[in-house]
Amino acid sequence: MKYLPLVWATLWRKKTRTVFTLLSIVVAFLLFGLLETVDYAFSHPSGGNSGADRLITINKYSITLSLPFSDAQQIKNTKGVAAVTWLSWFGAYYQDPKNFVFALPIDSDSYFDVYNDDFVIAGDQMQAFRNTRTGVLASSALLKQFGWNVGDKVPLHSAIWTQKDGSLDWTFDIVGAFDPKDPAQASQQAQLFLFHYEMFDEGRNFGKGTVGWFEERVADPGESAALSNKIDALFANSPNETKTQPAKDFALAFIKQLGDIGFILHAILGAVFFTLLFLTGNTMMQSVRERIPELAVLKTLGFGNPTILGLVIGESLLLCGMGAVLGLGLSYAALPGIKKALQGVDLSPDGIAPGFAIAVLFALIVSVLPAVRAVRLNIIDALAAQH
Amino acid sequence: MFKQLAAVTAMNLQTLPQRFGASSVIVIGIAGVVAVLVSVLAMGVGFQHTLADGGRADRVIILRGGSDVELNSNLTHEDIDVIGSAPGLAKDALGKPSLSNELVTVANVPKIDTGTDANVTLRGVGAKLLAVRPEIQIVSGRMFQPGVRELIAGTGAAKQFRGLTAGSILRLRNVDWTVTGVFTSNGDVHESELLADVDTVASAIERSGYSSAIGMLTSPDSFDAFKDALTTDPRLKVDVQREPQYYASQSKDLSKTIKVVGTTVAVIMAIGAMFGALNSMYSAVATRSLEIATLRAIGFGGVPIVISVLIEALLLSLLGGLLGAALAWVFFNGHSVSTLGGAFAQVVFKLTVTRSLIVTGIVWACIIGLLGGFFPALRAARIPVAEALRAA
Repeated sequence: MKYLPLVWATLWRKKTRTVFTLLSIVVAFLLFGLLETVDYAFSHPSGGNSGADRLITINKYSITLSLPFSDAQQIKNTKGVAAVTWLSWFGAYYQDPKNFVFALPIDSDSYFDVYNDDFVIAGDQMQAFRNTRTGVLASSALLKQFGWNVGDKVPLHSAIWTQKDGSLDWTFDIVGAFDPKDPAQASQQAQLFLFHYEMFDEGRNFGKGTVGWFEERVADPGESAALSNKIDALFANSPNETKTQPAKDFALAFIKQLGDIGFILHAILGAVFFTLLFLTGNTMMQSVRERIPELAVLKTLGFGNPTILGLVIGESLLLCGMGAVLGLGLSYAALPGIKKALQGVDLSPDGIAPGFAIAVLFALIVSVLPAVRAVRLNIIDALAAQH
Repeated sequence: MFKQLAAVTAMNLQTLPQRFGASSVIVIGIAGVVAVLVSVLAMGVGFQHTLADGGRADRVIILRGGSDVELNSNLTHEDIDVIGSAPGLAKDALGKPSLSNELVTVANVPKIDTGTDANVTLRGVGAKLLAVRPEIQIVSGRMFQPGVRELIAGTGAAKQFRGLTAGSILRLRNVDWTVTGVFTSNGDVHESELLADVDTVASAIERSGYSSAIGMLTSPDSFDAFKDALTTDPRLKVDVQREPQYYASQSKDLSKTIKVVGTTVAVIMAIGAMFGALNSMYSAVATRSLEIATLRAIGFGGVPIVISVLIEALLLSLLGGLLGAALAWVFFNGHSVSTLGGAFAQVVFKLTVTRSLIVTGIVWACIIGLLGGFFPALRAARIPVAEALRAA
C-alpha cells in the first residue's frame, strides 16, 4: 500500500497516453456491462417471486394446436396440483398492429386461484368484473399507455378469432385496473388485459370447447418435475398429448427459439476484449520500455524483484480497475435506457458483477510481459542505455 | 508542395516496420470493430435476403381480412373456389387456375445444436404446388405423395432440426410421417419449412379450411384487376398482397432491430479503437519529432507533414478494415442460423457478407483512422523546431 503514490505517479507519467488507454478500457467494460445485462435478462426470464410453483401445459406437437377443455378436470384431480386454469392466445391489438395488447381470456375463478398472489386489485372492481360479462381488468400501465379509464368501452382487434358475424373486432368494458404485487413483474404485466373466457368461447365462431394451454399451481415446488410427468402421462397416446413444464423453463425455451443470443453476445465481447487486450498490452510494454532507466535506478536503490514485479502489475491493476469501475458504472447508468428498448424483459444488474473479476484477470494478462521484462533487466546495461 | 508531401510520406512509410507494435494497434483495433460490424449486419442482410428477396411480384398471397400472418388466417373451401375463379390467375392446359390452397401449422421439432424444441412450420400445400412455386427442386429423395403421411423438408430445416433427412420418420400428433425428400427453394423462407399434402395435414390436425391461398398471376400487371375482383366480391373478406410485400412486412422489425443493435455496439467499439489509434499516432509522432523538426528546419511546410501523418493513419486503418471484413467473411459468410420469424415459426437463414457491407466496413475504418490521426497530425506540425532539435 505504501507504494501506491509511486504507482500512481508512474501511471500518469504520460498523461495523454494513460487517458486514451483508460478510455478504451472504459469503452470495453461499458460494452461488457451492456451486453452481459442483455444476456442475463434473456437467460434468466423472471417469473416473479412466486414463479417456481407454476407449471404450463401445452399441446405436445405444437403450441398453436389447442387442447380439449375437458382435460382441466383430469389435471385438477391430480394429486399435488393446487389449482389449474385455462387460457387462449387472443392475438389482439388496439387500433394499429403496433399497439400490442396482451389480451387474455381467463376463467375468473380458477385464474385467480393459480395467480393468487400476483395482482393488487380493489375488492369492488373485482366484484364488478365477476358481474360483467364483457368486463375487463387491465393493468394500470396499459390504461395509462392508451389513455383509457375505468368505465370506458374499448374495441380490440383480434388477428385470429372471428365472432359469429365474421367480425374480428371485439368490444369490452373496462371495469377495473390492477397493479403488480411484485414490482419485478411490472414489465411482464404491463400489457395485460384480462377478460372472461366464457364471453370469448361463446363469442368465437370456431374452436369452441378448446383451450390454448393450461397453467397449474403446484402445492410443493419441489415436486414440479414429477408432477409435470404425471400430468403428461394422463394424456399419453391420446390425440392431444401434452407437454408440461415449469413456467420458467417454458419461457427459457421460447427465448432459445430466438436464436443463440448468448453466443452472438459473447462472440462480440470476445472480439472487443481481444482487441483491447492487444491495445492495452502494447501501451504497457511501451511504458515499461520507456521507464527502463528509472526501473534500473529503483533496482540500484535496493528494490527487490518482487517489489518491481508488484509495481508493474499494480500499475496495470490500477488502470484496468479504474476502467472497469467507470465502464461498468456507465453501463449501470444506461440500464433504464435498455429497459425501454427491450420491452417486457426484466433487467438486473447481476450480469454486470463478473466484470470486476474479468478486469483483474485482464490486468494480470496485460502486465505479464512487461513485468517479466522489468524483472529481468540488467542494471548496468539499463543505466548505460540512458545515454 | 506535392514533392514535399511525397518525400515525407515515403519516409514515414519506410519507417513503419520499425514501429510495428504501435502500428499494429491501429490495424488490430480497427479490424476488431469492422469484423463485429460486418458480421452483425450480415445477419440482418441474410434474414432480409431469405424473407424479402425470395418473393415474386407475380405471385400473390390471399389471407382472411385482418389476419396479418398465415398462421392466424382462415379460409373456407368456398372461399378457395371463389378465389380460383378470379381473373388474372395463370391457368394450366386444362384451364385449372395456378392456385395452391395452403394450411400452415407449426410442429415442435428439436434443434440439432441445442436439443430444445423449436416451432417449425408444417405447410400443407395444394395440388398446384409446382405451378405456383416452380423454384422448388428436390435435391435428395422424392416428392411426397398426396393422401399418405409423407412430407418433404427444406434444406435449411434439414440442417437445423433433428431427423429431417430423406427416409427418416417424424412423429407428429401421435402419427408417424415419413420424410421422403429434401428440397431447395431458391434460398427463400420455404427452405425452413416442411411441406406436405394439404388435406392430409388438415385431417392430422383436425381442421377444416385453410390458412391461405397462393396464386401465380399471368403477369405482375394483372395484380390490380385480381385484387379488385376479390376485394369487391361480397362473398369474400380477404386481404390480397403481392408476395414480396407480405414478406417484407414480416422481416421489417427484426431487420431493423439487428441494424440498430449492430450499429450501436460498433459505434461504442469504434470509440474505443479510436483512442487506440490516437495513442499509436501520438507515439509515432513523438518518436519522429527529431526527424520532423529537422524537416521543418530545412524548409518543409506544416501542411505536408499534417497530411503525411493522416495518410499513414489512413493506410493502417484501411489495412485494419480489410482484415476485419476478411475475418467476417471467412468465419461467418454462409453461416446458417435460425430465429423466430414474424409468423411465430423458425426461419433459417444464412449470414451474408455482401460487397456493400464490406464497403461500409472499410468506410468506417477510414473514418476511425482519420479521427485517430487528426490530432496527432496537428501536433506533428506544431512541434517547436528549436526545442525538438535541442532535446536530441
